[in-house]
Amino acid sequence: MKPVIVLGSGLAGYTLVRELRKLNRDIPVTLVSRDSGDYYSKPMLSNAFAQNKDATSLVLTPASEMAKQLGITLLAHTDVRAIHRHEKRLDTCSGALEYDRLILALGADPIRIPLQGDATGAVLSVNDLTDYAQLRDALGTAKSIAIMGGGLIGCEFANDLAVAGYAVTVIDPGPYPLASLMPEQAGKQLLEPLTKLGVTWRFGTAVQRIDKATSGYALTLAGGTVVHADLVLSAIGLRPRIQLARDAGINVNRGIVVNERLCTDDDSIFALGDCAEIEGRVLPFVLPVMHAGRALASILNAEETRVNFPAMPVVVKTPVHPVAVLPVARDAAGAWQVMASGQGVKMGFFDEQNKMTGFVLTGEYVGERSQMTKMLR
Amino acid sequence: MKVWQCVVCGFIYNEASGLPEEGIKPGTAWTDIPDNWACPDCGVAKADFEMVEI
Repeated sequence: MKPVIVLGSGLAGYTLVRELRKLNRDIPVTLVSRDSGDYYSKPMLSNAFAQNKDATSLVLTPASEMAKQLGITLLAHTDVRAIHRHEKRLDTCSGALEYDRLILALGADPIRIPLQGDATGAVLSVNDLTDYAQLRDALGTAKSIAIMGGGLIGCEFANDLAVAGYAVTVIDPGPYPLASLMPEQAGKQLLEPLTKLGVTWRFGTAVQRIDKATSGYALTLAGGTVVHADLVLSAIGLRPRIQLARDAGINVNRGIVVNERLCTDDDSIFALGDCAEIEGRVLPFVLPVMHAGRALASILNAEETRVNFPAMPVVVKTPVHPVAVLPVARDAAGAWQVMASGQGVKMGFFDEQNKMTGFVLTGEYVGERSQMTKMLR
Repeated sequence: MKVWQCVVCGFIYNEASGLPEEGIKPGTAWTDIPDNWACPDCGVAKADFEMVEI
């Protein structure tokens, strides 16, 4: 029997296999990873520095132990070069592999904006454990850090690194922190607590040039202001990895296009996680991965299921002023209303029928997430 | 008293200290936490994933 082959050992790949093994220990599974295959928690990468955790101590379960626990064949450090759909075969750097069904859990790449200057290669981004190890090395001698992007990852790193004693500057073209997720009154709650930790904010502008300076780097912003930093971190966002699928003739758009059965336009090929576009939506963050993993496990176990996403709040791990948000679509009809404010704010998004369809909780209100989620029904 | 770790985000639940801010008293055993409880950090439901004993 040819195996189910899973490409990717991130949260999507491992969650799927873990869920599948709850249902079925017999289906042969081969997991192919470009990296070591060690299991770690990706959300911890932007919160680990202040806890003084190095890359090795972030590994929750080594690859060999994962393979044993899950009863799978694990091929680490293996690059997949091509998918030959008609033969149901993969070309990898260490030979060909035949599959019964193929799962694409490939993840996403950090978006890099084009920059001018002689030090553009110095820009770091943290998207996996190896990147984190590199960041820790670079932080060893640094005192000041510029973060491009004031979204979830940018704010989490700003909090983490400011607590660890670095002078952090956050640069974002938007008007306030977390602007893509929440209204102004909520996003602005982060300004003062993070400023007190030592974060400098630069909104409404973007980095245009990065040049080597006598020490560290000089970042020239739109408008001409120059910011100095010993290290530059980019946290602008992620772009689904679609090239392998596109080269194989699988339907792709922003992500690898799948239906509510997580199936591509090839009956034997499925996708989930950051690489997938499910029913027209690319769904980042942890919760959609968990739901998709469970649904796909049932589908692989020959059960008729469709993935069904409930309300999935997102937690922003900024301990100095924590945030939980259930975002609404950019074009949703309705309005944000303040429900309470004190050391933070509680806001709901109400549609035209006055039904709450989204919320944001910051500071002292963050513990009310489950009550707010219940109010959606 | 045991300590549990969320395998998704690394959040630690210590039975001895509980989570008073979430209304879970110190000394609450993992098995006594309601099934609709969600990880305070990543929001994944208790029933959705395994907590590992560490």
